[in-house]
Amino acid sequence: MANVPVHEWTLLEAARKVREKEISSRELTGAILTRIEALDPKVHAYITVLPEAAAAQAAACDEEQAKGALRGPFHGVPIGLKDIFCTRGVRTTCGSRILRDFIPPYDASVTEKVLGAGAVLLGKHNMDEFAMGSSTETSFFGATRNPWDVSRIPGGSSGGTAAAVAAAMCFAGVGTDTGGSIRQPASLCGVVGVKPTYGRVSRYGMVAFASSLDQGGPIARTVADTAALLGVIAGHDRRDSTSLDLPVPDYLAAVDRPVKGLRVGLPKEYYEGDGLSPEVRAAVQKALKALTDQGAVVVEVSLPHTSFALSAYYLIAPAEASSNLARYDGVRYGHRAEGASGLIEMMSRTRAEGFGDEVKRRVMIGTYALSAGYYDAFYGKAQKVRTLIRDDFTKAFEAADVLLTPTAPTPAFRLGEKTGDPLTMYLSDIYTIPCNLAGIPGISVPCGFSAEGLPIGAQLLSKPFREETLFTAAGAIERALPLRRVAPLEG
Amino acid sequence: MAFETVIGLEVHAQLSTRSKIFCACSTAFGAAPNENTCPVCTGMPGVLPVLNRKAVECTIRTALATSCTVQRRSVFARKNYFYPDLPKAYQISQYELPIALGGHIDIEVDGGTKRIGITRIHMEEDAGKLVHEGEFAGAQASLADLNRCSVPLMEIVSEPDMRTPEEGGAYLRRLHDVLVYLGVCDGNMEEGSFRCDANVSVRPVGQEAFGTRAELKNMNSFRNVEKALEYEIRRQVELIEDGGKVVQETRLWDANAGVTVSMRRKEEAHDYRYFPDPDLLPLIVDDSWVEELRKTIPELPAEKIARLGRQYGIPRYDAGILASTPALADFFEASAAIYGGNPKTTANECVHWKDAVLAGTLSPETIAHAVEDRERGTISATASKKLVELVLSTGKPFRMLRDEQGLTQVSDTSALDILVDKILAASPKEVEGYRGGKVGLLSFFVGQVMKESRGKANPKVVQEVLKKKLG
Ligand SMILES: [Zn+2]
Repeated sequence: MANVPVHEWTLLEAARKVREKEISSRELTGAILTRIEALDPKVHAYITVLPEAAAAQAAACDEEQAKGALRGPFHGVPIGLKDIFCTRGVRTTCGSRILRDFIPPYDASVTEKVLGAGAVLLGKHNMDEFAMGSSTETSFFGATRNPWDVSRIPGGSSGGTAAAVAAAMCFAGVGTDTGGSIRQPASLCGVVGVKPTYGRVSRYGMVAFASSLDQGGPIARTVADTAALLGVIAGHDRRDSTSLDLPVPDYLAAVDRPVKGLRVGLPKEYYEGDGLSPEVRAAVQKALKALTDQGAVVVEVSLPHTSFALSAYYLIAPAEASSNLARYDGVRYGHRAEGASGLIEMMSRTRAEGFGDEVKRRVMIGTYALSAGYYDAFYGKAQKVRTLIRDDFTKAFEAADVLLTPTAPTPAFRLGEKTGDPLTMYLSDIYTIPCNLAGIPGISVPCGFSAEGLPIGAQLLSKPFREETLFTAAGAIERALPLRRVAPLEG
Repeated sequence: MAFETVIGLEVHAQLSTRSKIFCACSTAFGAAPNENTCPVCTGMPGVLPVLNRKAVECTIRTALATSCTVQRRSVFARKNYFYPDLPKAYQISQYELPIALGGHIDIEVDGGTKRIGITRIHMEEDAGKLVHEGEFAGAQASLADLNRCSVPLMEIVSEPDMRTPEEGGAYLRRLHDVLVYLGVCDGNMEEGSFRCDANVSVRPVGQEAFGTRAELKNMNSFRNVEKALEYEIRRQVELIEDGGKVVQETRLWDANAGVTVSMRRKEEAHDYRYFPDPDLLPLIVDDSWVEELRKTIPELPAEKIARLGRQYGIPRYDAGILASTPALADFFEASAAIYGGNPKTTANECVHWKDAVLAGTLSPETIAHAVEDRERGTISATASKKLVELVLSTGKPFRMLRDEQGLTQVSDTSALDILVDKILAASPKEVEGYRGGKVGLLSFFVGQVMKESRGKANPKVVQEVLKKKLG
């Protein structure tokens, strides 16, 4: 392993090597910045790259270290953030024209924690506009490409983060997951992505899409890296009333625990229907075998309301989004339409110009779903479905410790292939959405490749606050299936 | 046809908290535009509201003081609409599940008591305000001041139980006094801390169904509320008598013109698309919290007026004035505790010096000493007033000033004997005249003695001594 290039190190390796002075933060950061310069024109994983700021931050880390001070567990290691996390003094666009020039005067809680751990901020990752999308094609700044095949999408909405991690243009990143936006792109880019329990990671300073579903989480190339990063960003935050006041366990310690006796549930509804690609099915079978080979036992479970999840999600998420996005009206910050003659015209034109099609589509659906006379039929009913789905999981977890499912029904599709047909696009999240509705944690871990060399991921789900179980099971799969994690991409 | 009026009132009261309802910004009045703002109250991307515990406590205490039932679980909802003074484009308010339901307030009308029901009390945040440069219509620009954004409000909605503008006024005043008593609202109507909207309808006497109602806004004093109600009732009655129909609408009170004017019809009403705010958890209020807060409820206006009358034997009117301000009533009781005497005199003094009392520049001792010295005849009424003024200007104790100024009355008869003898000896003609029947000369002698004593003699005692000696 002596010849592993710097950028292919894992997050934990890089952190250790900086700590042990095998490499300076300046060299490490410089290597990744060089790589971004060479590769990002092809992948477009970043909306904003901060070469000077990152170099300066790395230099400061080196200086402090020379005096014997380490900022935290990721001292001097460069990482990136999805452009949905507010960064003080650095533009935060959320992939939208309407926030193209928005420079927040505050840091998100996640930003604070990552910087507090000593990480060097390389830049802000591309994403679907306001996190609405499954392919990172709705970004106002242009689509991100899958580093394993640049004619394909990386998944979304955290596609920029997953692609940057897979292309080794950062050691890790933090994304957000509203209906699968961490797990699905992680699966499609062959990396690990974790959607923690709702309330585990503060939403403060994370631009809101659907508040009751949004959750920030780590994306990295190994299970251990995501466990370490989650350990840093998790925890109670008084600024987020929905954040939970519970101690943060040692996630890293969970990764190497044995899975002997672990009850793995296979929800039958997730394997029915013809949307599931045979290649994905076969790869997930390998993940299951990896677990049973190490002593896990298989149990059959049922999540009977799964088929309603997509409909409920596409009422709840747009309804909350229509309200969350109403503040982008051109009055205080961001884009404002020129030449409007009155208030209503200014607001209408600002929003017409500032938002892309997918955002407009969802804002209109959501506005309709909440309007007088339709509330009970749509939003109210969707909330009832949500309760049923949550109850399904509670019951399933009486029999199983973790559930194993595919993350996405197919490997990465081609750019433009589904943009004309939003309903087909929405099906990309069919396996990930129920987890958000129930507020439980989930992880996507690589489990194979398609015949065309495209990554495939397996999803594990657990009870609320049992992320440790996820790390244990995902760690077992990772050990049994040592797969290439850095895309073979030339500059 | 005889008509009956139906009035329901909605009061918005600003809660007396130092910080806003969902962020740590100051609620102080009169700051420079946008000085009291932060990313949270200006609705910046990604920020989240955090509920102010003190605001919840103020509301619960109000609920207890108005006999409402505090709900164990209440929910904040978003009221969605676009306006430049509303930075999130929604107002966080309670909607379906408010914090308190079903209470009442008793008012006094026509010598009796009437119970006015309270439907609900809920919490919400205020919006900012727009300042239009130049005249409104031709304004070149509109500026937004977001200082008031997220200032905590409580909305108290009454049942449509009032039948006259006077009842409306009495309810508002009583509610106002209760909030001020509790210390949950400063009650300042000019600064908008206590605002009222009214729902008014009329119906033929005997009809059970309500008539079509109009909502009145923009009334900023008790008197304005009563005047607006009077006008609106007359307008509706005349409209119906002329064969017209009242339409459901929102009307603004124009205090200068003394009329209400249409602002918005029902068909133009907003669809607010209410839904529970996913950024805030349901508010859970447990019984022990309520019981803890119940202990902090002070004696309320009606109870206090009754008790002052009972305990001190002062007239109801006086008790009402004292009780209008808890601090004044407290001051009165403190003074009366130092010197009992006649509480009516103490009450009069407290009311007379009300401004100084409320400004905190007078102590109960000063009033007690002033009353005591007067009642004992040690000083005159004039001297008493003069001394209190001196206390205010110098800050020295009342009795120290009294002695320094030599304003103690001489009531000691042996001392006055000498003075009277001196005056009588100096005025033989007048003495003769008096004894000859000119009894009016008594005031001459009194005046002379007073002059001789440089005002210190007690005129009553002087008269008695004179009468005896001249008798
Ligand atoms: Zn604020």
